[in-house]
Amino acid sequence: MSMSMSMSMGDGGREKIRVGVIGASGYVGGELLRLLVTHPRVELAMVTSRQYAGEYVHRIHPGLRGFTEITFSPLDIDKLSSNCDLVFTAVPHGKAVEIVKRLYDTGVRVIDLSADYRIKDPEAYKYYYGWSHPYPDLLSKSVYGIPELHRDEIRNARLVSCPGCMAVTSLLALAPLAKHDLIDLDHIVVDSKIGSSGAGGKPSSGTHHAMRYGVVRPYKPVKHRHTAEIEQEMSIIAGRRVSVSMTPHAVNIVRGILCTNHAFLKRSTTIQELWRAYRGMYRNEPFVRLIRDTKGLYKYPDPKFVVGSNFCDVGFDIDERNNRVVALSASDNLMKGAAGSAVQCMNVMYGFNEAEGLLITPLTPV
Amino acid sequence: MVKVRCPECDKDLNIPDDAVDGEIVTCPDCGANYEVTHMDGKITLKPAESVGEDWGE
Ligand SMILES: NC(=O)c1ccc[n+]([C@@H]2O[C@H](COP(=O)([O-])OP(=O)(O)OC[C@H]3O[C@@H](n4cnc5c(N)ncnc54)[C@H](OP(=O)(O)O)[C@@H]3O)[C@@H](O)[C@H]2O)c1
Ligand SMILES: [Zn+2]
Repeated sequence: MSMSMSMSMGDGGREKIRVGVIGASGYVGGELLRLLVTHPRVELAMVTSRQYAGEYVHRIHPGLRGFTEITFSPLDIDKLSSNCDLVFTAVPHGKAVEIVKRLYDTGVRVIDLSADYRIKDPEAYKYYYGWSHPYPDLLSKSVYGIPELHRDEIRNARLVSCPGCMAVTSLLALAPLAKHDLIDLDHIVVDSKIGSSGAGGKPSSGTHHAMRYGVVRPYKPVKHRHTAEIEQEMSIIAGRRVSVSMTPHAVNIVRGILCTNHAFLKRSTTIQELWRAYRGMYRNEPFVRLIRDTKGLYKYPDPKFVVGSNFCDVGFDIDERNNRVVALSASDNLMKGAAGSAVQCMNVMYGFNEAEGLLITPLTPV
Repeated sequence: MVKVRCPECDKDLNIPDDAVDGEIVTCPDCGANYEVTHMDGKITLKPAESVGEDWGE
């Protein structure tokens, strides 16, 4: 590895890496801290917040009380790069683009959780985000952070860009269908539901309890930003342009995503064939569970049964009458949808056990 | 334990060594029921009836 690594010895003589988190006061930042404070291969070196610099982290993230006495620092790129082997950036999209570039130029490894380095095509930033990407070169160097799809590239990456929460959830359900050439790649519809933590910690009139409670709100029926990522990755898997239509809904849960992905089979296909396709792709994946059970309480993916964990649960069924396949997937947006995936990528980048610090059983009932 | 593939979903099922003919095993992943039968010293699985759930449609 060419990057500088100021390793210190951890428990049992195993080496630890020094890690920084920018945007540590936010929801994703808080979830990263929750995972990192108990990760056996990590020493938290520096966590930043502009609003809360100097304050103990547990004043903002109460669950962390007793786990760490670290305080927030102001955002200082030079200090971060000289104190850390790896820096996570968890700031709003459009704000990460400069921060990541400056960090990258110092030589420190970066895992960005914003959207600013996810899409390879700079034109897509104009269409979906409304701004021109200033660093198209760096876009081409960043690796899309889904280990199930890009594990080998992540291993040696200097910049990993973690996927959108609904994008990764949808992709893990759709990928085996494209890989096994089972569906019409021009007509794929993604319907997703997401909980309130997906909008982050900054309030707006729409996130106010009176307006958020009880909603089933279609908030972006067309042109949702995650569409670009799903199309990009599906096109890589299929080896041709794939077209995806997506509609997300804000629903009355705090954590969780359900994606109901509809596609049309190219030829008649059995449930056994689908089992084989999904098993073939995910047999050795620690964080994809296949849920298509005919017994018990949990028959198809449901975000209620993944809360707090890094699992993406994936299931499927066939509507023989219309040749439609329904691929379902559920995740916790702050975990597999954000911080969990990021820590999984970190584990891959440093050659740790990929599940280190992440094998958390979901909280049930919740 | 003897490993036998679930004919429905391909899961490796662990069948106890002392399983007798007619014993019902159920797949932990897909929920299919099978009857254990021994043929030429090998275990094979025969689909068994399972009671369907009434969703009240
Ligand atoms: N929420 C999710 O489920 C989810 C899932 C996947 C990806 N993401 C992405 O992760 C990122 C963080 O999301 P979030 O939900 O955690 O949002 P959030 O709760 O609003 O947190 C963002 C944090 O970034 C800091 N920040 C804001 N503007 C900044 C600036 N100009 N410069 C430096 N720091 C700034 C803020 O901390 P201070 O004001 O204290 O500095 C804030 O705590 C976003 O890019 C989001 O798209 C979110
Ligand atoms: Zn089975």
